[in-house]
Amino acid sequence: MEIRPILTSLRKHRIPAALIVLEIALACAVLCNAVFMIGQRVADIHWPNAIDEQGISVVTVNGADPKLAVSDIPRNLVALRGIAGATAVAAATSMPLDHNGALSDFTATPNGKTTVNTSIYFLGSGGEQALGLHLLEGRFFNAEEYADSGSKDFNSTGHVVLITQSDAQRLWPGQSALGKTLYTNDTGWTVIGVVADVLAQDPRFSGPGGRYSSVFFPLHPDGVMGDYVLRSAPQDRARVVREAAQLLGKLESGAVVDGTTYADMRTDYFADTSSMVWMLVLVCVVMLAVTAFGIVGLTSFWVGQRRQQIGIRRAVGASRGHIMQYFQTENFLLSAAGVVLGTALADGINLYLMRYYEITRMPWYYLPVSAVALWAIGQLAVLGPALRAAAVPPVVATRSA
Amino acid sequence: MFGYYLDLALRSLKRHKVLTLLMVLSLALGIGACITTTTVLRLLSGDPLPQKSGQLFYPQVDPNAKEGYIAGQTEPPATMTYVDAMFLLHAHRAKRQAAVALTSGKIAPQRANERPFYSDGVQTTADFFGLFDAPFEYGSGWTAADDEGGSQVIVIAGFLNQKLFGGANSVGKTIRMNDHDFRIVGVLKPWSPQPRFYALDLGGHDYGGDGDAMFLPLKTAMDLKMGPQDIECYNAVTDVDNLAAAPCMWLGVWAELPDQAAVADYRTFLANYAKQQVAQGRFSRDETALLDLMGWLRDQQVVPDDVRLQAGLAYGFLLICVLNTVGLLLAKCLRRSREIGVRRALGATRGAIFGQFMVEAGIVGLVGGVLGLCFAELGLFGIRHQPAEYASLAHLDLSMFLFTFVVAVMASLVAGLLPAWRACAVAPAPQLKAS
Repeated sequence: MEIRPILTSLRKHRIPAALIVLEIALACAVLCNAVFMIGQRVADIHWPNAIDEQGISVVTVNGADPKLAVSDIPRNLVALRGIAGATAVAAATSMPLDHNGALSDFTATPNGKTTVNTSIYFLGSGGEQALGLHLLEGRFFNAEEYADSGSKDFNSTGHVVLITQSDAQRLWPGQSALGKTLYTNDTGWTVIGVVADVLAQDPRFSGPGGRYSSVFFPLHPDGVMGDYVLRSAPQDRARVVREAAQLLGKLESGAVVDGTTYADMRTDYFADTSSMVWMLVLVCVVMLAVTAFGIVGLTSFWVGQRRQQIGIRRAVGASRGHIMQYFQTENFLLSAAGVVLGTALADGINLYLMRYYEITRMPWYYLPVSAVALWAIGQLAVLGPALRAAAVPPVVATRSA
Repeated sequence: MFGYYLDLALRSLKRHKVLTLLMVLSLALGIGACITTTTVLRLLSGDPLPQKSGQLFYPQVDPNAKEGYIAGQTEPPATMTYVDAMFLLHAHRAKRQAAVALTSGKIAPQRANERPFYSDGVQTTADFFGLFDAPFEYGSGWTAADDEGGSQVIVIAGFLNQKLFGGANSVGKTIRMNDHDFRIVGVLKPWSPQPRFYALDLGGHDYGGDGDAMFLPLKTAMDLKMGPQDIECYNAVTDVDNLAAAPCMWLGVWAELPDQAAVADYRTFLANYAKQQVAQGRFSRDETALLDLMGWLRDQQVVPDDVRLQAGLAYGFLLICVLNTVGLLLAKCLRRSREIGVRRALGATRGAIFGQFMVEAGIVGLVGGVLGLCFAELGLFGIRHQPAEYASLAHLDLSMFLFTFVVAVMASLVAGLLPAWRACAVAPAPQLKAS
């Protein structure tokens, strides 16, 4: 395909050509950044979490008398174990993604300093099984450790702790964390096990450093435990949580009882993220449609204006295919110019956003991908007008305009 | 003249229905997106207390350890210890002051066989209501003596009064909260500043909802061990139940300073306090801050990032839509070169041609504005059904309604400039010759 005649003709229509280039450039810049933001948010929504998310249900009991916890919690657990389908039951202080951050600093040396926010979870007896923690090294808590561990001033009075894989690698890189001592100020706990990464209570607040920084302490029945964790087969969970909430409502008549499946809890935590994703997708689609219609409108005008030219070309032997190709190549060239301008603009916008928002550097491959997308849309948009142009009969050449 | 242009414009728009529809639709989509996001942005960055925000100030001091401190760069923490807050309050250097923490309490139902429920509350001091102009339906706030004595008195919100007492005057009645009896001294009229400026950084929501349900004296809440929603400790804690002495920050302090002189005085007072604490060895940083209400909201970046990103995205989108409209208008007007040539030959001036095309663009803008308003209403309807905490606030107000048309007509006139200029530059002779 000869490019020079196309360029010559474009030079005669500088303004409309520039408009198409600019529109494609802007669309490309916005698309790149929007798709990047969509990608980041979708990745957030899918943060892995090494507990049995599909099988867990949580019933929260608030406002029970803490003085009676020692006798009431074991009684409630016995009752909950009676629910058909509940394979493990335990009490706990909080859950990953429950928004209720209990954060502290943990270091490998006494009185060390760190900027990482670590989420603290206290588990009642059997909590590891109820959550479905995935043990990578060492062991879980034993009955003795459960019995002699309390909670005071946000810290465990016990002597042992379970940590996540991320923390083990961060605090003791290249070594086994087992048997090491984890400190807050000058209090220490022995690491007896390492579990696969469990999310923080509020990972967005904790930031990337604290997302998988979680510690688990054993705890004997205590008033600070308000969550009852039940594990069942995924298909039973809706019934299990309903029955558990009814049961606890009866047993703890003075308290406020709320039951939810963990799957719902997770959806809830990411609800505004996913609504932002849908909004961004909507904007992208509408924007691309507007750009496409702009191309259709301008190219149609172009075709209309050049009917006679097209007729002459057809009369002197150009095939329909040649005419089609002419408009397609023209659009390709305009898109190329737009995309080059657009990727530069996209990069600039990304740099600007990085300064003022929590946005990371856009990986380079977003640029070619959205460039290809805009090329494709341009070709699709030009198809209609190009077909109409190809349908111009040669006889038009003989008519004066 | 204008009437004639109008007639010409309408005829021309009618002739190219698809092109007109494309222009109007693209402009309307851009405007709809813009108005939707701008409405939300304006609501969220609005002044929660317009009549008084200029007089409300938020003092901050920094009890953190020296480590990591860069003079002039490290901002003091958002909350205060009980010791510092009480010092500021008892010094009485402002017209009114209040210390604030959030809490929640279990409220026992008034009728049998109903379940208890949790309500959000505020632990604060007597001047809170006067300080923030909280309006009373019945009764009033508590007194400084109640603060000192830790009386079990409570002010409840109108919606809680409705729920518990069917909206009747409940002053003097008793409610049971966290298994303690509280005497109601006041019932508020609906009061829910957006954002809930007094509770930023105290834990809890910034936007939405009907406001806090109950307000009780700080000392009472401490005596009854009703912990605040958010505690941040800067040293090892030995007894977290004793919040009055613990090295933990959990209170926000607000001061009403009616004029510049009062602000300057308070600033000096605060700086002196910090210096004195450093000299005594209790503090190791002497940084202080005293931001006014709007400054504090900006400092805390209360408007969610996503909302600002959405607004930026919408403006980018509008730009694309305007560009699109320019292209389509241009296509249309170049197609009518012959018509323009005839009009020019018959004596129409360049100005007349320019006017005619601008009127046409203006009409596209007006229609685009009306349709854009529909899109904006649709967009806001969508936002109201989002899970975001500010969702319920998303409504179009009169000023945004008018703003829509200003934006629409401006956008279309800007879009019309280039095509109209091209149109009036058409030389009549070649056009007439060609035909």
